[in-house]
Amino acid sequence: MNRIRAALGQPLLSPLAFFTPASGASPNAQEIHTLYVVTLVIALIIFFAVEGTLGYVLIRFRKRKGAVASQIHGNTRLEIGWTSAAAVILLGLAILTFAKLSSIQDPPNSGPEGATLGEHSNLLYASNQRKLPPNGKALEITVIGRQFIWQFVYPGATEADGLGAPYSYEEMVVPTNTTVELNIVSADVVHSWWVPELGGKFQAVPGYHNYTWFKVSKPGIFRGQCAFLCGRGHARMIATVKAVPPAQFEAWLARQKQEIAEANAEAAKARKKLNAEKGAAAVESP
Amino acid sequence: MATYAAPIPQVSAHRAEREASGWTSWITTTDHKRIGIMYIVTTFVFFCLGGTEALMIRLQLGAPNNTLVTPEIYNQLFTMHGTTMVFLFVVPMMAGLANYFLPLMIGARDMAFPRLNALSYWLLLAGGIVFYASIFWHPPEAGWTSYPPLSESLFSPSGGQDAWIYLIHLTGLSSLLGAINFYATIANMRARGMTWGRLPLFVWAILTYSVLLIFALPVVAAAVTMLLTDRHFGTHFFDPTEGGSPLLWQNLFWFFGHPEVYIMVLPGFGLVSEILPVFARKPIFGYKAIAASTVAIAFLGFLTWAHHMFTTPIPEAILVFVMLSSFLIAVPTGVKMLNWTATLWGGTIEFRTPLLFCAGFLALFLIGGISGVFLAVFPVDWQLNETYFVVAHIHFVLVGGAVFPIFAAIYYWFPKITGRMLGEGLGKLSFWLMFWGVLVTFLIQHVIGMDGMPRRVYAYDNVGHLALYNQISTVGSFILAAGVIATIVNVWRSLKAGVVAGPDPWKANTLEWFTSSPPPVNNFDVVPLVRSAEPMKDIRHEVQRRSAGVGAGGATVPAGARQVGV
Repeated sequence: MNRIRAALGQPLLSPLAFFTPASGASPNAQEIHTLYVVTLVIALIIFFAVEGTLGYVLIRFRKRKGAVASQIHGNTRLEIGWTSAAAVILLGLAILTFAKLSSIQDPPNSGPEGATLGEHSNLLYASNQRKLPPNGKALEITVIGRQFIWQFVYPGATEADGLGAPYSYEEMVVPTNTTVELNIVSADVVHSWWVPELGGKFQAVPGYHNYTWFKVSKPGIFRGQCAFLCGRGHARMIATVKAVPPAQFEAWLARQKQEIAEANAEAAKARKKLNAEKGAAAVESP
Repeated sequence: MATYAAPIPQVSAHRAEREASGWTSWITTTDHKRIGIMYIVTTFVFFCLGGTEALMIRLQLGAPNNTLVTPEIYNQLFTMHGTTMVFLFVVPMMAGLANYFLPLMIGARDMAFPRLNALSYWLLLAGGIVFYASIFWHPPEAGWTSYPPLSESLFSPSGGQDAWIYLIHLTGLSSLLGAINFYATIANMRARGMTWGRLPLFVWAILTYSVLLIFALPVVAAAVTMLLTDRHFGTHFFDPTEGGSPLLWQNLFWFFGHPEVYIMVLPGFGLVSEILPVFARKPIFGYKAIAASTVAIAFLGFLTWAHHMFTTPIPEAILVFVMLSSFLIAVPTGVKMLNWTATLWGGTIEFRTPLLFCAGFLALFLIGGISGVFLAVFPVDWQLNETYFVVAHIHFVLVGGAVFPIFAAIYYWFPKITGRMLGEGLGKLSFWLMFWGVLVTFLIQHVIGMDGMPRRVYAYDNVGHLALYNQISTVGSFILAAGVIATIVNVWRSLKAGVVAGPDPWKANTLEWFTSSPPPVNNFDVVPLVRSAEPMKDIRHEVQRRSAGVGAGGATVPAGARQVGV
């Protein structure tokens, strides 16, 4: 990125910035941004070359008195030439993408000051889609898409079947300097997870798991929303990611866990009271 | 050749049938030209409906968190807009133009199967009526791609979704029968001497269009049938809770859906390849390369569908393969762009309205082609997928690649269909309004997408400059609409008051200009022998050569028939 900036100079880049996607608060988003900028530079060169030629031809060869159209049927050498040139440019872009791929897809280790929770999480396998940090440790958050709200489930299940884990809606709280792995699923229709500054989007498809990751270095709030049509409330299916220092994150998670437990206890109490008043059958299956 | 006695026709008429006239003559017609006119008029009406829906979409998005329409109506609007433009405008409009002009261009007297041809049209109209009838109940609202589970009965219980399914079936059957008809016509009914190397490039494009339709349509027909049985007959093809897979739909739909893009733009390429040389007064540059790249694009078009699925859980090997195949398809497309530019090079370009629309096509389609390369780089697609960047991309591809060539064709062929020229003043006004309309509407949408606005949202918060950008886009859409209206007015006025065209007003290259304007029912009394890819140019030269000594007024219409007739 810095090299490109140096090569092009600031004046050229500021209009370019207008024409680039949100740059990254996470390394993968940053690398995608770089790949985009390189593509944009190639694209602009081709764009101006072809549109320029077209404009020149239209003006230079417009009908004039006495002009005679040259009856050319083709030029094999020229045609082979521009076919190969197009292929070479695209080959170059493909090679660049392959070179960048690992830095976009493969998560790094958490930083030394990252949340310790990341180290307790044991991820057992790496599939085609799921990439693990080199030391195999990351904070895994399950992202559940449902009409029309995002739910985030954090590690810390109290029961064997995975229940009792702390969760939150709409706002995901994460520790800084920690590699966060997202396991994206859907409870109903197809949704798409997307927070532009934290890397690309990935569909939440019912019946499938989809994975991505991010790692935020500085505290901040990042805004995103569902990116795949999921029904009438699609536009209001907002997601925010709030990055806080690890200590603050752990305190938040403990408080969240406690509040959920308290709310569950309240609910159980209310249910018991209602059962006593109206009879169990009426309350459990109204 | 052996001599043989031609049989004397034995006609025994029991009663003379009165020739149909008035509206019944249109309903019962099997004349490819009348069917062509019905296609063109019907699809243009759907184009206006789809355009009105687009304007309502843009009005809603003209201000952040606008409440002009409800989320329900908004979802219905973009579903109707997308479906209409793809299935009821671009694809059948190309079929309509081909219906009228393909037999004329190859020197045939009708299509191979005239009654099947009529059936194609009536199926199209039936599909359109079934679909638009849903606006009196509940229009579909799951998008033109109708992904399950959203399109399943649990989430979309209304009959609008079923109307959408029947639209796909009816228009699909219409296109399939039409494709078989075009193929049979091109394979069997070409004029003497019209070898594959002399076939007009529009006919090459329609041949490829037909093959693509024949391969792609059965797949989407299967997919929507599965959706129909899921919705009403208890199957679970796309229901993950019963072992079905929503990804199956995405694979089937895009296996059809991506070739569908080429089904829409390849005939556009064909139109441009016909019209550019006429107004540059030069032969097309690299006939073989253009014909071959059409076929190459069609073949590669079947290998790239998964680039619509870059963000789904699919193996990395597929991501890489599809990125490369999508890059590969950019090569023959780029070759065409350069061939067209080279066709203009060294010419004496006449700036008539058809040429302007073709030049506009080159300028706009290039933008859509280049933004397609961004989307093929899959990590970049992870950011841009399903945002307004993609909306901008498809509109530069389809408005640039299909609508502009269609307008070029309207201005180019209107004299042949009606015998009258369209007005140049209104034509140029229409072009400039549409050209700037497209740029103002869609260029800014790239930025809207990169600033984080997904597609298909009925409302947005004013983050950054989203409100301003969307206002610009909305203003642009009305400029575009004004351009379309200028052409409608032009057609309306020219039908009565246009300058009389004569058989060959443009001094063009292909056989449709050999007959009178409008052509008689049988098209040609005599079909000329074809000696090159530009038979009409040959005929004009021959007439010029022979009449040079005789003096003016020697040639009568149809000129050249006497010398080269069968």
